[in-house]
This record gives sequence, C-alpha cells and structure tokens, in this order.
Amino acid sequence: MASVPAVLNSEWTKIRTVSSTTWTLVAAFVVTVAMGAALSALLNAQFDDLSDAERATFDPTYVGFSGMILGQLAMVVFGVLVVGTEYSSGMIRTSLAAVPQRGSFLFSKIAVAGALALLVGLATSFVTFFLSQALLGDHSTDIGADNVLRAVFGGGVYMGLIAVFSMGVATMLRSSMLSLGILMPFFFLVSQILSAVPGAKSVARYFPDQAGSKIMQVVPDAMNSDPAPYGPWSGLGIMALWVVAALIGGYLVLKERDA
Amino acid sequence: MGLWRMIEAVGLTKRYGAKTAVYNLSFQVRPGAVTGFLGPNGSGKSTTMRMMLGLDRPTAGHVTIGGHAFRSLPNAPRQVGALLDAKAVHGGRSARNHLLCLAQLAGIPAARVDEVLGVVGLQDVAKKRSNGFSLGMGQRLGIAAALLGDPQVLLFDEPVNGLDPEGILWVRNLMKQLASEGRTVFVSSHLMSEMALTADHLIVIGRGQLLSDMSIKDFISANSADFARVRIPADRPEQREKLTASLTEAGGGVMPEPDGALRVTGLPLPRISDLAHASDVRLWELSPHQASLEEAYMRMTQGAVDYRSTADAKAGLQPPPPGYGPHPGYGDPAQQPRLPAEVPQQGWYAPPPPGQNPYAAAPVAPAPAAPAPVPPAAPAPAAPAAVPADPTARQTSEDPR
Repeated sequence: MASVPAVLNSEWTKIRTVSSTTWTLVAAFVVTVAMGAALSALLNAQFDDLSDAERATFDPTYVGFSGMILGQLAMVVFGVLVVGTEYSSGMIRTSLAAVPQRGSFLFSKIAVAGALALLVGLATSFVTFFLSQALLGDHSTDIGADNVLRAVFGGGVYMGLIAVFSMGVATMLRSSMLSLGILMPFFFLVSQILSAVPGAKSVARYFPDQAGSKIMQVVPDAMNSDPAPYGPWSGLGIMALWVVAALIGGYLVLKERDA
Repeated sequence: MGLWRMIEAVGLTKRYGAKTAVYNLSFQVRPGAVTGFLGPNGSGKSTTMRMMLGLDRPTAGHVTIGGHAFRSLPNAPRQVGALLDAKAVHGGRSARNHLLCLAQLAGIPAARVDEVLGVVGLQDVAKKRSNGFSLGMGQRLGIAAALLGDPQVLLFDEPVNGLDPEGILWVRNLMKQLASEGRTVFVSSHLMSEMALTADHLIVIGRGQLLSDMSIKDFISANSADFARVRIPADRPEQREKLTASLTEAGGGVMPEPDGALRVTGLPLPRISDLAHASDVRLWELSPHQASLEEAYMRMTQGAVDYRSTADAKAGLQPPPPGYGPHPGYGDPAQQPRLPAEVPQQGWYAPPPPGQNPYAAAPVAPAPAAPAPVPPAAPAPAAPAAVPADPTARQTSEDPR
C-alpha cells in the first residue's frame, strides 16, 4: 500500500514541478494585494463623498480585502488545475495505477494543494491588511483592534477554502475547462449579481463565497451591506460545509467511475 | 512460487451502456514468458488492461494479479508496472520530475529515476518538458515509468507505437529479457508480425471475446499453411482446368488466385511438377510459399473487425487537374500497379489451415467481396519489418539493463 506520507511527498513533487502552480498563486497574491491597496487609497481620498450609512459602517479591514473578489478567481484556477490537469493529460491513469487507493490519492492531493493555498492565502491576507491600512491613513484600523486579527486570519482561510472547493468541483466534473467554465462565472458574476437582487438575496447569502466572506468583516454589515442571519464564524462554517460537500462528491465520483 | 506473479482473468465482462467492450474473457498470463495480447482496433485490449489495473470496474467477472484485485494489492507500484498511454503525462512537467513523483509514491530512491532514464535512453532530455516529446520519446518515458519499481508484473499497451526501428528492436529485447528474468510480461499489440517475434504465448481477442489462447509455436503450426503457387501460360485456360483436375485427383487442394495463378495445398512441389508433366501442362511458375501469421491472424479476426476501411469512392469530387496525378498510396487501389501481385486486391483469402481450426469456422473464403478489404496491405510490410532486426542488433550494443 502506497503509504500516505509517500503519496503526500509525490503530490508535493507534482505540484511544485508545474509552472501553473506558480503563476496562479502569484496572481492570487498580486491581484488581491494590488486591488485592495488601490481601493484603500481611493476610499481614503474620497471618504467624505461616502454616504452617511457607509461612513457609519466603514470597515477598514473589509475595504482592504476588496481585491478578494478578483484574487479568489486565481485561487479557483489553481484549485481546478491541480486536479483537472490529471484528467486532461491522462496522468490520472498513471497516478491511479500507482495509487490504487483512490481515497488516499485524492485526499493527499487536496491536502498538499490545500495547505499550499492556505499558506499563500494567509500571506496574501496579512500583506493586504498591512498595506491597505497604511494607505487608508486616518481611517485605518490596527491588527490589535477587536476582531481584526480574526478577519485577517479568516481572509487567508477563505482563500484556502475557495481553492479546496474548486478542487472538489473539478474532481466531480473531471475536466478543467468545464470546471472553470462553471466556477469562474459563478464566483465573479452569478453570486455577485444574485446577492444584489432583492428576491434572490436570501438564497445567495448562503453561497460559499457570500457566506465565507463574512469572516473578513470586522464591523457587522460592513459598508452598509445587507445584514446576514449568521455571524462571521457561522458564515465560514457554511462555506466549510460547501467545501465538505464538494469533496464528498468528488470522492464518490472518483471512487465509482472508471478512470 | 510464481503464482503470485500470475495474472488471471475470469469471465471478465465490460459494458459501456449498450456496447459490450469485453465479453466473458477468461485467461491466465504466466510468469517467465512474454504473452502477446492481440486484437484489431477497438477489440477491447486497452479496456482489459485498464480493468487489470483497477482503473475500470468490470461489469462482471474479475481479474487478479497474484491472486489480489489490483486495488487491494499491497504496494502496487513495486509489483506491477504499466505503460498504458504514452501521452498520459502532464506536458508541463519534465521527464525526470514525472518519474520522480511516481517514484516517491513507492518509496523508490531518486537514483533509480536517473537509472531508468538511462535505460530508456532519455537522459539527455530528462530536464525537458514532456510536451515537446515525440510519440516515440513518450513511449520511452512510459516504459521508464513501468520499469521504475523493478516490478515482477509488467503490462504494456502497444509499446512499439511510434518507435523507430531501433526502438522497436530495443523494446523487443527488453520484453524478452524481462521475461527471462522470470517476470510476467503482458504486451498488447495489433501487429501480428511484431508479436510473432516477441511473444512466447498469444492471446487473441476480437470484439472483446477470446479467439485463441495458445503458445506461439502452437499458433504457428495451427494457423500457417504451406502452399505452392503454380502459374501456367495465361492464354491456355483449358490447360489450367486440366491441371486443376489432375491435382485435385491426386488429393491436393487447388484455389485460383485473382491473377490467374493457382494456389495448391497438400502436395509437395516435385509431385506437382510430375503431375503437370504427366498431364502435359507447361508451368511458368512453381514456387513454395508459406502463409504468414499475419494472414492467419486476419482470417481469425475477420469476423471481429469493428472498423474496416473501404475504397474511397471520391463521390462528387472533381477529377484532379492535369499534372496532379494520383498521390501514391492515396489513389484507389485499381490505379496502383505497384502493389505486389502476391497480395491481390480483390477476393483476398488465406489458405485453409491444415488440421481443424475452431476459430476460422465462419468464413473460409471471406464474404466481403467488396473491393479492397483491409487485410491486403498488411502482409507485405510485415516480413521486411522483421528482417532488418539482426543487423541493427550488432550496432545497438547498448545493453537495455
């Protein structure tokens, strides 16, 4: 039996020897940091133009994480490619011939890629936070303030979970193109639009990204957003449930279907 | 001993929806020999091999390696090495890294990776991304992956595809060497000629069903028949009938060939000559021939070929402008006089085998009277492919081990 440490070791080799790993993770970092910094600088300059409600619920931490909307897409690409290239290249058959225990194979792969995504996510969120606070000037907050560390740490976890969720979906769909074709529009458009539509709002707030992103808010209902019927940790919990569901789905597909 | 290296399929069946890819296949693959797995395209060879590796789940029956289903095999990569698809490699990863991640799975040291890269001759491109590899290089990489764990059971799916003659010879010797070390070597192919040179044992399938399971020696003696070709002056049809009659009377089997020659079985050459002399018939040709294994294989799988090419009628196409003659090898068969007459284009048939052959029961003379069934082209290149083996053997002193 291929032992779990051996599979982990092998998956680490796989992940570090393809260039897509580097560029997707770098993209996630750069996009999130740069966009967060830019918006922070902008809001700092135009703070007086904000509406009263927005000023009342101004959340410097959350503003810093504005880049997450785009940055998470790079994480989605990373997660999808980690799994999807096994299928598109046919490597999956070589891999499964070497690791007949499909559960060990899948969860080792996801553990390695997920841990890497989490690390990059944490680095991203901390860098984003400090840079954006520096740019927010007078309106900034401090890492020592109430709930701020939770939000910053949560931002990193959020990115990691998005990547793992994408891996689960890609395992279910067994195709990079299909997975990207579904996940990218979903996170970038569908989820964002539905969360602004009055009727769909109550459903959309349970989508993984909408629920999970609550962890990054320090001020409840930050920036005059809609109040959610759950708190930051429950939000992250809802997202985690989505991730678990995707992983179970992926595992069942991998276990039952012919490779 | 030895039993733990045996591959055993029992009643193996695989259906994809309405299509049955493999039906009730039972056979054993023994260690210490190269077992050829032969069948036309789409006959279920790859499906069978995927089921052996636990990639596809059989609809019915089971296949075990050393008594274990592959999925429950302890440390599979150290026991079973497989080449399934040469291109099943992440193109962005270098050859060495590809092998390294496979090696790490089984706890194989990195030094072994460089070793197998040397064995397959890829050490110079080890650091290159594999998407720049040719099919032949991909095959070598796949073979390297199979050899990595020094396994006792090796499965190769069409390993010679895309290899140059030197590579083919190398694979052939490698298979034999692996088998001589007591390993179980299972090689699929759709080329009888290749199998005749490599395999000790042959398993032939068609449409997913077992057609033959015997040693290559038995296969040859059961399936290849000697015959004599007799040619008489073309302008004397009455002589032809006369000779046919006297040959038949003497107990020979006579079949006309499309170009007017006669194919005579069951009579030695001198006797044919004597009979011709006695009936006062002049002979233009009296030559000994042996039906190739390729022909025997064709006959066996004739009823089981899924994808058969037909002559290109080119309906609706303009005749080519002057100056653009028919492209060699692409025109319709009638326009190709360069094909050897020995391989007739229409009404091709193989001689009936001596002794009964349970597998050829169906069509003795092939039913498809359609112009140019697939077989004709094959036998011709088959023989030459085998011949140049020896000269190259000396040049490539490179020991595969």
